[in-house]
Amino acid sequence: MTTTRTRPSPGRPATASPAATERIGRVVAPVVVGVIGLAVWQFLVSVVEVSPYLLPGPQEIGSELNDNFAAVREAFWITGTNAAIGLVFGTVVGIVLAGLAAWARVVDGMLAFVVASLAVVPIVALAPVLNSMYGADSEYGRRAIAAIAAFVPVYVNTVRGLRQTTPQHRDLMHSYSASGWQTFSSLTLPSAAPHVITGIRVASSLAVISALVAEYFGGPRGGLGSFISTSAATSAYALAWAYVVAAIVLGLVAYVVTVLIERLVQWRLPTGGRS
Amino acid sequence: MTTDRSQPTAPVPDPEDHVETHRPDHDRTAAQPEDAFGAPAAVRATGVSKTFGSRRSQVTALSEVDLTVAAGEFVALIGPSGCGKSTLMRLVADLEAPSSGSLEVFGKPAARARADQDYGIAFQQAGLLPWRTVAANIALPLELHRAPRAERRQRVAELVELVGLGDFAKSRPDQLSGGMQQRVAIARSLAERPRLLLMDEPFGALDEMTRERMQAELARISLETGAAVVFVTHSIPEAVFLADRVVVMSARPGRITDEIVTGIGRDVVRDEHLREDPAFFSKVTEVREALHAGPVSASGAHER
Repeated sequence: MTTTRTRPSPGRPATASPAATERIGRVVAPVVVGVIGLAVWQFLVSVVEVSPYLLPGPQEIGSELNDNFAAVREAFWITGTNAAIGLVFGTVVGIVLAGLAAWARVVDGMLAFVVASLAVVPIVALAPVLNSMYGADSEYGRRAIAAIAAFVPVYVNTVRGLRQTTPQHRDLMHSYSASGWQTFSSLTLPSAAPHVITGIRVASSLAVISALVAEYFGGPRGGLGSFISTSAATSAYALAWAYVVAAIVLGLVAYVVTVLIERLVQWRLPTGGRS
Repeated sequence: MTTDRSQPTAPVPDPEDHVETHRPDHDRTAAQPEDAFGAPAAVRATGVSKTFGSRRSQVTALSEVDLTVAAGEFVALIGPSGCGKSTLMRLVADLEAPSSGSLEVFGKPAARARADQDYGIAFQQAGLLPWRTVAANIALPLELHRAPRAERRQRVAELVELVGLGDFAKSRPDQLSGGMQQRVAIARSLAERPRLLLMDEPFGALDEMTRERMQAELARISLETGAAVVFVTHSIPEAVFLADRVVVMSARPGRITDEIVTGIGRDVVRDEHLREDPAFFSKVTEVREALHAGPVSASGAHER
């Protein structure tokens, strides 16, 4: 009947309470792993003398990153912009089409095949086609690829989310004589929200990867992907790695942004831990 | 009507003479007198049938049901699974449409009564929205019907107190026990001061002790609000404990086989003493016998 919750009394001095230790551990552990990893890497390069041709050291990559900071930053922005535009566009289209599919079964039937096809179409095949379609100096091909990659998970998850209402909840809304819009905004949409968010989270990393990979296959020079491939082709391995580092940062930024969106939605619309 | 056992079903005289004809709510509909007291019956079903399914495989859920529930009356519908008691309640709520027969709620068609929000409804599952707090769940019907914020807040505060959840207004449904969730659902059904409460086994999923406490609370709440109640249940003691009149139904096809007036006045306190009262036991026995007799007499009457 009562909801009991044990909570440490606030007055007690926090002499390394288990919770605090855990919190420190959560931050320290990955840092330690990272530092050890870098140390081993540097050790292999400086002491064991693995050829820089095979594996440039972290120090070398760091200095390349420093020297070419402006270029890396510009490439970062190009790829980041492409991924972001693709993500937003794919998400919007995915949610709108999912809404139509949930509203009318016919639409769902019509889209099922298209979505299944888009889900399996390889970027490797699509990228050269779209790049030549939009012309060699246009970013649209890359954006289209990111949008397609983002669209699929958003659509699939949103369709599922929009079908989460129970018959009883629908009866209840009917008994209130709620309008279609009221039912959608106060029942269907909140039930779907966690699923939509999951879709966007998957889509965000897919959009970044797709925007990056699309740059390998033609289109304008610029962006992390194309510089990674050109640097590697000209044997500037340390520089290639510097761009890879920027690509990793871009992926992490995308991840953090989606976590923030998730927090925002949960704050606006807490799901009470049911899903 | 094939049920020879039942007493005259059509306009059933109100078992108690306390019907609140003086309640202001009734004045606006008093123009169409429906019973001896001048107020329209809360529910009047005449020859209502309901069949489900396609033309090839039809299932008759309800057959030729006549039922009148007076304003302020507490009626329990009891019967075995598949006797159509929930279907009957859903017809009154206009969640389903009857296949034939006529159904009036406060003298209006059921669809009008739903549009006018004349009834509140509670189901076996509390059916709370998990992302809303207790207070926001109770406020849902008020929000949908655009009640002013101040009025909403005040009404929610009243209801939270009425169902004894004052400390939990800001809790979320998943932090509450099953009984507490059901209380929230009952508070939500009362939000718009309906004159009719429809309850489909609201305590069916609760343990016996919680259930008895909830019954006592519902009896108190129904007395305080003066609303008519149509209460669907599987439990004989629950039906007798709460209701003015127990309507016994039987299955295949679903129909009313008997009606038993409990004779326990609205003013009688529903508590442990009542449960141990010999008169209570004798009514429980009467309902049980009616339930068990139902199918036997019915199969006799329905020889094909």
